[in-house]
Amino acid sequence: MSDWSRVYPQLLEAAGATLYMVGVAALVTVLLGVPLGVLLTVTAPGGLAPRPLLNRVLGLLVNLGRALPFIILLVLVAPVTRGIVGTTIGSTAAIVPLTIGAVPFLARLVETSLREVAPGKVEAALSMGARRRDVVRTVLLPEARPSLIAGVTVTVVALISYSAMAGAVGGGGLGDFAIRFGYQQFRTDITLLTVVLLLVIVQALQWAGDRWARRLAHV
Amino acid sequence: MIELHDVRKVFPARGRSGEVVAVDGVSLRVEAGEFAGVVGPSGSGKSTLVRLVNLLERPTSGSVTVDGQVLSDLPDDRVREARRSMGMVFQHFELLDSRTAAGNVEHPLELAGVGRAERRRRAAELLDLVDLGERAGAHPAQLSGGQKQRVAIARALAGRPKVLLCDEATSALDQASTTGVLDLLRRVRAELGLTVLLITHEMAVVKAVCDSAVLLDRGRVVDGGRLAEVLTREHSPLADALLPAPAADAGAGHGGALVRVTVTDRAPETVVLQTLVGELGLAVEVAGGSVETVAGGRYGRLLLRVTGDLGRLDGAVHRLRDDGVLVEQVHAGVAAGAGR
Repeated sequence: MSDWSRVYPQLLEAAGATLYMVGVAALVTVLLGVPLGVLLTVTAPGGLAPRPLLNRVLGLLVNLGRALPFIILLVLVAPVTRGIVGTTIGSTAAIVPLTIGAVPFLARLVETSLREVAPGKVEAALSMGARRRDVVRTVLLPEARPSLIAGVTVTVVALISYSAMAGAVGGGGLGDFAIRFGYQQFRTDITLLTVVLLLVIVQALQWAGDRWARRLAHV
Repeated sequence: MIELHDVRKVFPARGRSGEVVAVDGVSLRVEAGEFAGVVGPSGSGKSTLVRLVNLLERPTSGSVTVDGQVLSDLPDDRVREARRSMGMVFQHFELLDSRTAAGNVEHPLELAGVGRAERRRRAAELLDLVDLGERAGAHPAQLSGGQKQRVAIARALAGRPKVLLCDEATSALDQASTTGVLDLLRRVRAELGLTVLLITHEMAVVKAVCDSAVLLDRGRVVDGGRLAEVLTREHSPLADALLPAPAADAGAGHGGALVRVTVTDRAPETVVLQTLVGELGLAVEVAGGSVETVAGGRYGRLLLRVTGDLGRLDGAVHRLRDDGVLVEQVHAGVAAGAGR
């Protein structure tokens, strides 16, 4: 294949774009999704600070975010993207819909993880005179940590899959690369190579996530 | 030290189930330094009752006073402070899996804003107190049930509380661990001058460690008092629960009269036998019953079959009563004549 030397730099660039989009989106998703998940947990009926109305509104928003197909979300949030990034085209612009898509996903996973912390541990902390925020900080989050890490891993893998669609807004990345060089130019070998590369990235992530979670789990 | 006055706790109706009256007008007093027990069948409101003491549950009505402070009148932030002078131990330990034994003991100190060096020092000291000094770095998953509960006790004692609340603290443990934990509770209570309120459904636990107890049934106190007094009281449901009276049919069908006696340190079975056999010449056979150590004293309930000149038995029963023995004639016997 004479054109491999032409394809390789493009492939590297695409992989770089994917890692950039996913990396930044994952960081922002954790910063927003974890607090949202905590809020969903503590405001639930029977939670630490029950706020039924707020809980229902948050739950609705999260479900809305999760129900929308990502490709629709991509188009719908275009005005928001323009407001934040200044443009709706390119890798940086793609980070906005990626984040908006992933935050509700992670928030639900965080909620599930925190719910699994035995209520007795919360009660024990309260019996020691803990404030509600102490309970979140010293009991819920540390006790759920292995499960939270697993949730973040799943979210990052989902982000990689979402990011393949970012090509639709000129975001570049491996998905876009596979479509343009592989599918549209009938180069099955390039498509396969991209798939293998994605698989390697996902496998490495999952392995690292599992290892980290296991190292923290003392059960 | 702990005083509940006419406390009620009603859980509001939820879903299809109606409202539940968990605690229904309980008044209770535990003196400073006392080891008090609350016993009762499951669903009798014991767990709710102990949570009312540190206001993990707020009473629907009535007052809760601990160490002279009316907790039920305090706002949430003051209640939180008051909880720091009360330790609590749970049936399922409720240690944090993410922390080591020492880390768990440090937790309440951390919440109270104690500095790191002081926390470390205190955690080591407390783990030594519960004989787990060498397991400070172990995570709960690496400890046995009994060890976990000892760590939980060390944690409960970290804030130098005056009151220790135990909610079924031994119910998840095997016999050997239960004995170890009870010995520890008794020891720390003596060494630290604690007031202990212990909730349990196991009568053996009450007999092993409590000075006093109340019997709870469907949210109400049905009996209670100092064990030494309760056990020599007639028709006491708590005494019946602690030392079940031997069944009358254990000795039925063999003739003679059946007499149930309660013996104590002050009126031991030797007094009974001396009176019945030595002085009245009756023949006595033990048909059932047991003698146990309760609250540091010796108590027993025995079912005796008495044969011989039963005409003398009535007088004997009176004599024994005068000597302070609790006597109840459950079967008059054939030749007893004027049986009671």
